[in-house]
Amino acid sequence: MNKLSKGKRGNQAIDDPIIEISNMHKWFGDFHVLKGIDLTVQKKERIVICGPSGSGKSTLIRCINRLEEHQKGKITVDNIELTNNVKNIEKIRTEVGMVFQNFNLFPHLTIIENLTLGPIWVRKTPKAKAEEDAMFYLKKVNIEEQAKKYPGQLSGGQQQRVAIARSLCMNPKVMLFDEPTSALDPEMIKEVLDVMIDLAHEGMTMIVVTHEMGFAKSVAHRVLFMDFGQIVETNTPEEFFTNPQNERTKLFLSQIL
Amino acid sequence: MEALSANIKEDLKPPRVNIGIIGWVRANLFNGVFNSILTIVMLFLLWKTIPPLLQWAFIDSTWLAGSASCRQSPEGACWSIISKNFRFIIFGFYPYELQWRPLVAMIILFSLLFYSRNRNNWKKSLGYAWITGLILMGILMKGGLLGLKSVETTQWGGLPLTLLLAVFGLTAAYPLGVVLALGRQSKMKGVKVLSILYIELIRGVPLISLLFMSSIIFPLFLPEGITINKILRAQVAIILFTAAYIAEVVRGGLQGMTQGQYEAAEALGLNYYLTLRLVILPQALKIVIPPTVSILISAFKDTSLVVIIALFDLLKTTQSVLSNPEWMGFSREAYMFIAILYFAGCFSMSNYSRKLERELSRG
Repeated sequence: MNKLSKGKRGNQAIDDPIIEISNMHKWFGDFHVLKGIDLTVQKKERIVICGPSGSGKSTLIRCINRLEEHQKGKITVDNIELTNNVKNIEKIRTEVGMVFQNFNLFPHLTIIENLTLGPIWVRKTPKAKAEEDAMFYLKKVNIEEQAKKYPGQLSGGQQQRVAIARSLCMNPKVMLFDEPTSALDPEMIKEVLDVMIDLAHEGMTMIVVTHEMGFAKSVAHRVLFMDFGQIVETNTPEEFFTNPQNERTKLFLSQIL
Repeated sequence: MEALSANIKEDLKPPRVNIGIIGWVRANLFNGVFNSILTIVMLFLLWKTIPPLLQWAFIDSTWLAGSASCRQSPEGACWSIISKNFRFIIFGFYPYELQWRPLVAMIILFSLLFYSRNRNNWKKSLGYAWITGLILMGILMKGGLLGLKSVETTQWGGLPLTLLLAVFGLTAAYPLGVVLALGRQSKMKGVKVLSILYIELIRGVPLISLLFMSSIIFPLFLPEGITINKILRAQVAIILFTAAYIAEVVRGGLQGMTQGQYEAAEALGLNYYLTLRLVILPQALKIVIPPTVSILISAFKDTSLVVIIALFDLLKTTQSVLSNPEWMGFSREAYMFIAILYFAGCFSMSNYSRKLERELSRG
């Protein structure tokens, strides 16, 4: 059964912002990567960000958990403003899960140890409870039988599902996905997308940088198109794909669809 | 489905090749003209050297008799230099009747080292065992407590001194080296500059000059009446020296880590300290086990340089025996003996590192 074709979007976003970004700028040296980003994300909202490479999509979501530092403007996550305050940064990072393009699992730890590391050391969850939770999420991403293996023994798709489970173990309020399927073989993309779609149906707040337009159509509330460090167009998936307004969006869509 | 699988050939076992001894010899020793010549030359050299060596070391040798009988049979090894002076070589000037104390201390040390070999034993209780063991060894060596007669550190010498300098030197230098490596990578300018300065300065001078500085120049700067133990000063010099080298090796390991590992740990909310301790260092230090052990082994052997500041380590006690007219001229046997002791130490270190690598490479 193809989950992508179900097309039901369900649990609409509530009008209660969890992330607020206003007039945010970011430079890499002299290079102006992000030029005045304004974005508000509501609880339970699911946003897909697309755009050509180098447009600043990844940098934008990496600013949300301070893997990149913004130099101007304001970012507020769960009512905490991101500043140089290290305690606040760590607090926000525990509430914001992140899934990377290259999985970034810890190769020296078993799968279950990868999953329990954050809960045990950051959330101070007792080990037994953390392992129980970890098994729950592993079951959810359909790889509970791999718990005792090391990441190097798993396929790319399995590793990415472990990475998603690792983030979920922290019980985050928001999940960020940075091109989660770009490093995968085509036959493994679907197993990862299926997990993400399940997550969406459960009402997780998600910001996803991806080129998987099928995923955008089926679960996103909003699709953002970025180019040259700006959000060029924001729209519902229906409007975005059938009736794009901006010339650059049209060009981009004509190239990838 | 069946039509599909009908086209797939069944899995076959790889072909077995059994070549036997003659096949092995032919494949490994006589495969080609050049290798055949090499093999024959090597066999000839071995035949020329090994039997005479065995003859000298075991058949014509003197084991227990005094030096006089050694001189009567000069064609054989004189192992009596070891057996007659064994206690002086091993314990130096430590009072003769009290030499059971360094012996017990060494037994404690070896038991602790042996027990620590197994990583399953690395628990909190092992830490306590080490602390207790170290205190006990200190009391045994120094005395002055529990009714034990006090022995001045100037009388320490031989194998216990070598082991003391090596074990403390290496265990203290390793963490210091890791800290320096992290300092050199730090984003804080001051820390970074200080670490670089330290590493480059220390690596720029030979260990001998550091030992001289610690034993001759450093005391000049101390206020009158205050002296710092000579062994301690040499110990500190060895630690500082070894740490600088370890720092550079560990830095290599840290550079082998991808940015993604830091980011994944930080994204989970781990702070800097936990990121290093749980994610970065376990991987980085594992990568650099081979070069680290090389440094530790060479540092172990370098402890013998303390002879130049007149500490009586194992090498120096052996040399003192050789300067005794009675035993003069038997340096081959004496140096072979301590070479065997040093080799045992170095070989067990490299052996252990290979075991550790094997165990850790499962991940």
